[in-house]
Amino acid sequence: MAGVSNGDVGLALANILLLAILFVLGIAIARMRSLFTIVMLAGLYSLVSATWFVALDAVDVAFTEAAVGAGISTVLLLGAMLLTARTAKAEKPFSQIAPALVVVATGAMLIYASIDLPDFGDPNSPASTGVGMDYLERHYGEMGFPNVVTSILASYRGFDTLGEVAVVFMAGLAVALLLGFGERSLAESLRRGGRK
Amino acid sequence: MNPDHHVILRVIAKTLIPLITIYAFYVHFHAEYSAGGGFQAGVIFAVGIILYSLIFGLPSTLKLVPPVFTRGLAAFGVLLYAGVGIWAILSGGNYLEYDMLFEVPEGSHLAQLTGIVIIELGVLFGVAGSMLTIFYAFAGRVAEIPDEDW
Repeated sequence: MAGVSNGDVGLALANILLLAILFVLGIAIARMRSLFTIVMLAGLYSLVSATWFVALDAVDVAFTEAAVGAGISTVLLLGAMLLTARTAKAEKPFSQIAPALVVVATGAMLIYASIDLPDFGDPNSPASTGVGMDYLERHYGEMGFPNVVTSILASYRGFDTLGEVAVVFMAGLAVALLLGFGERSLAESLRRGGRK
Repeated sequence: MNPDHHVILRVIAKTLIPLITIYAFYVHFHAEYSAGGGFQAGVIFAVGIILYSLIFGLPSTLKLVPPVFTRGLAAFGVLLYAGVGIWAILSGGNYLEYDMLFEVPEGSHLAQLTGIVIIELGVLFGVAGSMLTIFYAFAGRVAEIPDEDW
């Protein structure tokens, strides 16, 4: 398991603690009915995940998770919640048996598959032996700055990043086209007497 | 609404928003040395504006940063990124080959660095503009957050 093979008990304890918090938050989110509480807990879930990514040395991923997951998503979900009801409908008892079975089966398969995963920080894992090591060896001589994540994202994988920006732009465009551009829909809701 | 209703929120937000915005540009221009990059910087910048609109209301935010500006910013970001690629072709390189952007002495990485800073700026504009456009699309439909929802 993560950290234990290196004899680093503190890191292993931090991992277990953070994953336990994530587990509790997940259960709490699934059982809540108040949408406001769910949105807040989802933001908390993102923040704890970001902390966990830092413990796994994935600082850039943690940064993105904290900014996007805990920041923007929470605000957007709050904005969406204001457009709808404040509480979810109550579930009928025993209507959830089939989904629960699917979830348990998928979870069991994922846990079974995780047995084959390489150890945390294993130098012989596919991620550490393939093109990743090549980038690590070459990038400083070719780029002249230390952060390898930036040189991969911006330079070696510049086409992918261009595609990502285009996807983000298209997502923004699609939402704006579907929901109406800000000033027009604001005028619309003002005209309907939305202001108290 | 009583103007002094959320006075603590207002005072704290007024201190925080400039710091958040400066931090976004720090993340952008420091991407070569520390975690983060244009994407994170764009999101942080958008969060600063969104915080402003949560505290001071959407109408004044729409005056500060009009939706037409955020849409244009998003499109400009994508075009800026793609334009660097065209620039590299015009200078005789391949698409997005930053080393060919302009002549540099042997062993200098200035062209590479310039290319990365400009395309990251494109990412920043694209992401910040798109995020604010999405936010306006949702928030524009709620005229005013009622006091009991705070």
